Amino acid sequence: MSFINYSSREINCKIVYYGPGLCGKTTNLQYIYDKTNPQAKGKMISLATETERTLFFDFLPLSLGEIRGFKTRFHLYTVPGQVFYDASRKLILKGVDGVVFTADSQVERMEANIESLENLRTNLQEHGYDLDKIPYVVQYNKRDLPNSAPLDELKNLLNPTNVPEFEACAVTGQGVFDTLKAVAKLVLQELRKGR
Amino acid sequence: MAASGMIMYEEEFHQISAILEKLTKDANGKVVFLVDKNGQLIAASGEYENLDTTSLASLTAGNIAATGGLAKLLGEKEFSILFHEGERDNLHISIVGMRVILVVIFDARSSLGLVRLRVKKASEELAVIFDRLMKKAEAEAAGAGASPFAEITDDDIDNLFSE
Repeated sequence: MSFINYSSREINCKIVYYGPGLCGKTTNLQYIYDKTNPQAKGKMISLATETERTLFFDFLPLSLGEIRGFKTRFHLYTVPGQVFYDASRKLILKGVDGVVFTADSQVERMEANIESLENLRTNLQEHGYDLDKIPYVVQYNKRDLPNSAPLDELKNLLNPTNVPEFEACAVTGQGVFDTLKAVAKLVLQELRKGR
Repeated sequence: MAASGMIMYEEEFHQISAILEKLTKDANGKVVFLVDKNGQLIAASGEYENLDTTSLASLTAGNIAATGGLAKLLGEKEFSILFHEGERDNLHISIVGMRVILVVIFDARSSLGLVRLRVKKASEELAVIFDRLMKKAEAEAAGAGASPFAEITDDDIDNLFSE
C-alpha cells in the first residue's frame, strides 16, 4: 500500500523479504545497507533475539532518487522465518507493495522452502492480496554451497508461475541488488497502472 | 491491487500539520507525529530534528501491529491507547479513526492526564480530515485515473537504477 504525499512530493513503498528460517533475508538487507551510500539510506533496525535470529522484523529505509519530481522511498522489511513466529510474520505483510521470496538452495531445506511459500500465500490472502497479482520475485540464495539443489528443480517447485527469479549468494552480495531492482521496478510499474 | 494506498494532498497535509502543532503546544509535548498503520510517517511537529523519525514510525507501527495481534487473541477489537513510561521521556500512542497512529513524546513538563485529554480532542479533528482524505482519494481514483505516475516510462524507472 504505497503512500503518495503530494505535499512533500514523496512516494513510499513497502517491500517484504519472505522465506524460511536462516535462508538469508537479513543478510540481503545487511548487504544492501553496507553497499548503499549514507545519503540514500536510513538506519537499519533489527529486532532480533540474542542469537541474532529475527524476532519481529528488520527494517531498512532506502531512497532511490526522483521520478517525475517525486522522491521515491522504499522501506525494506524482513519477516522472522522460523515457523512458530507466524503471528508476527502476518503483521509485517500488512500494506505490502512487493514481495521477495528468498529460498534456501540447499537440498535439505527444500521442504522448508515449500512450507514458507505456502505460508506466504496464505498470509497474503488474509490481508486480501493474491500472490499471483502483486509485484513478486524469487531469489535462490546460497547458490555457492556444494549441497545446493539444481536450478531446474528449484524453479519447478518454487516458481511455477515464472516470475522474475535470481540466483544469489547474499553473503558476497551476488544477485542481491538484481533482486531488489527487479522487485522495485515491478512496484513502480504497478503504481503506473494506477490503482 | 487489493487496497489502494494512502494519498496525501497539500491542503489536508497543512490542516494535519496545524493540528499536530497545536497538540504539541496544548499538551506541552516534545514531539508529536502521525504514522500510518504500515509504518510510514505522515507528519511530525515539535523538536524532531534530531530524531530518527523514519525508524520511529516503523517501530511504532510494528508496536501497534503486535498489540493489535494481542488484542485479537484476547477477543478485543484493538487496544486503542499504549503508554510507555521512561526515566526521562514518555510515549503516548493512540489509534485515530482505526486508520492512523498518533504519537506524543513528552517529559516531566507535561503529564499523562493532560496528554490524554489533548490527544482526545486532536484525534476527533484528525479523524474528520482522514475521512475526507479517503473520500477525496476514492473520488479521484474513480475519475480520470489521474495517477501522477500513469505517465512514467520504463526509462524513468531504469534511470533510478543507473549508478
